[in-house]
Amino acid sequence: MAKSLAQEFVKGLWDEVPPFRLVLGLCPVLAVTKSVENGWGMGIATTFVLVCSNVLVSCLRKVIPPKVRIACYIVIIATFVTVVELAMQAFAYPLFLKLGIFIPLIVVNCIVLGRAEAFASKNGVFRSLLDGLGIGIGFTLSLMALAAVRELLGTGSLTFWVTPIQIFGPSFQPFTFMIEAPGAFMALGLMLCLMNLAGNK
Amino acid sequence: MREMIKMVVVLTVLSCFSGGLLAYIRNGTQERIDNQVLEFVKGPAVRTIFEGASNNPITDRFTIKDGDAERTFFVGVFNGEPRGVAFETFGKGYGGDVGLMVGIDVKENKLLGVGVTTHGETPGMGAKAKSDPAFVAQYKGLSIEKPIKVTQDGGSINAISGATITSRAVSAATTEAGEIYQRLKPQVEDQIKQAIK
Repeated sequence: MAKSLAQEFVKGLWDEVPPFRLVLGLCPVLAVTKSVENGWGMGIATTFVLVCSNVLVSCLRKVIPPKVRIACYIVIIATFVTVVELAMQAFAYPLFLKLGIFIPLIVVNCIVLGRAEAFASKNGVFRSLLDGLGIGIGFTLSLMALAAVRELLGTGSLTFWVTPIQIFGPSFQPFTFMIEAPGAFMALGLMLCLMNLAGNK
Repeated sequence: MREMIKMVVVLTVLSCFSGGLLAYIRNGTQERIDNQVLEFVKGPAVRTIFEGASNNPITDRFTIKDGDAERTFFVGVFNGEPRGVAFETFGKGYGGDVGLMVGIDVKENKLLGVGVTTHGETPGMGAKAKSDPAFVAQYKGLSIEKPIKVTQDGGSINAISGATITSRAVSAATTEAGEIYQRLKPQVEDQIKQAIK
């Protein structure tokens, strides 16, 4: 049941979109989706790590001894996460201040390790690249969607880059519950529910 | 046995490669990161103090060794000549150390202004030291040659109501900055000439 290259890419966008279908990597999903800006920042950081680690794991899949594979994957992933962390400090410091601890935590994000173990270690380099890219973009879009719902209801505005854009007029009474932690669970649950309704053909 | 050796070799090579790569990137971004940290943590206070300066005080900086500590000085250029230096001192506040950026006019030995950088004071009370510009504005133009005190201690600074400890911390940090500046003055003047060509 070999999939075409296009299918490898597209599956990450809907069929296997990480937080909703695989229900993986929920820690950053719940924690950073307070604004759309945080959502895409985190999403892009994760995508970069996912693509790089997928490619490298796939390149080295014949060299890495099975008994120490997890240790090798973690070294690879941790290296790329540190690269992202340094780059973000150097070029997008305000974003780094907001995402803070969640950037180093990408190391233990199960999506990244999951793709390395379940996909990249069994498939070719190009396929792994597409898989990483697809899953990463799917993850980014999910974070942005969840963040948009929470931010819109919680503050009445959307922040794409630094300044919030007012969507609802000043008379809108913000539903601040949505940007608190419990609101994250509620929003995620409801979105999961909608996804499942839409997916049941 | 062969498998064992292979495991060790692969992991070692991988780790060495990763360490090397990270060290290289760290070296490459170090300076930018330092600038960014200064810009976003100390920057706002420095910029308020040197309002209207023609240079970028964040990049025009130098460090001087003072005993065990290393102090970073920011230079403000007005009308083509370096008029002020700013550096950070700390005072004992109500909720830990209060970090204070103190700007000093190098010609007249007066305060150009002060600004709180980091603090753990009570919101709405001591935190006003940072959020209320009227409080720190009182320090502007005071001489650094004598200790600065709040009115309760016989000085001229009106303390923030309900936050005397914080006000004392800011005053003490300013006084300390004055002492440090006078002690390091020859080195500071030397460095300013080198920093601004």
